[in-house]
Amino acid sequence: MGSPVHQFEILPLIPIRFGALDLSFSNSALFMLVAVLAIYLFLARGMRERSLVPGRFQSLVEITYGFVANMIRDNVGKEGEEYFPFIFTLFTFVLVGNLLGMLPYSFAYTSHIIVTGALGMTVFAGVTVIGFMRHGLHFLRLFFPHGAPWATAPILIPIELISYLSRPFSLSVRLFANVTVGHIMLKVLAGFVVSLGLLLGVVPLAATVGVTVLEFGIAFLQAYVFAILSCIYLNDALHMH
Amino acid sequence: MEGQVWVKGKELAMDPAAAKMIGAGLAAIGMIGSGIGVGNIWSNLISTVGRNPAAKNNVELYGWIGFAVTEAIALFALVVALILLFAA
Repeated sequence: MGSPVHQFEILPLIPIRFGALDLSFSNSALFMLVAVLAIYLFLARGMRERSLVPGRFQSLVEITYGFVANMIRDNVGKEGEEYFPFIFTLFTFVLVGNLLGMLPYSFAYTSHIIVTGALGMTVFAGVTVIGFMRHGLHFLRLFFPHGAPWATAPILIPIELISYLSRPFSLSVRLFANVTVGHIMLKVLAGFVVSLGLLLGVVPLAATVGVTVLEFGIAFLQAYVFAILSCIYLNDALHMH
Repeated sequence: MEGQVWVKGKELAMDPAAAKMIGAGLAAIGMIGSGIGVGNIWSNLISTVGRNPAAKNNVELYGWIGFAVTEAIALFALVVALILLFAA
């Protein structure tokens, strides 16, 4: 049995090097490509017929679309509709990445902090820019709640500032840690099956099956939470609080 | 002096590998708080739905978001433990 973290190793499939810069096409990049292709084929196949009464594939695409559209309408409101493509891309990319990672021998690219960190930082930077573009310097008012006495400003402003700046970290670490820990847990439980043998191994095998179901739930939930927190941050930037 | 533990000027014979394991175990204690938090969320959600079943659709969503946000705290502790075990 290998180490439980061995599965997260990045292997360069096609080595590409420019001096010290390593731009190799890795297994992580391969699975990102597979995810994007899967999303594209799913949407293109589902929208091929465009019938009034949707078939199976079209229903799935419409459910996915409606799910994200409802999420934006409920959390951001009418003004959020122009950011639908971004949130939809974010949601499907994370969801398909999580689900692809659940296949045996595949690679979960969301289990790498560099991937989730890039996504989280993009959301954070985009939301901050949107906030300053809409409200100008008045956006800084976000760091001081309405109705609080001015005397509390020296305490409140640093707290609000830290909580604002920690958003991209909590957003990305949450996704990365959930996926990583799920995979490690599955590997450790599967290791118990091997070490306990044929008879007693049934117990950890049952646990592995249960945890696999849980991990599919987590895969969906984390994609959902990632998208909905992006919506909430967007709502903060658009409407302040 | 790397990899050696000193207490009151005397060298304490402690294997750095053992210190790593102990540190990882200590880091995992941080999950207690998150366990209490997640338990609070679900217990309040259940009692809310028990009192007013019609509110189920309204509060369920916030329950899941609250669960995911609170669970993340446990995972921060776990990430520290994993860094100690595999990366430090």
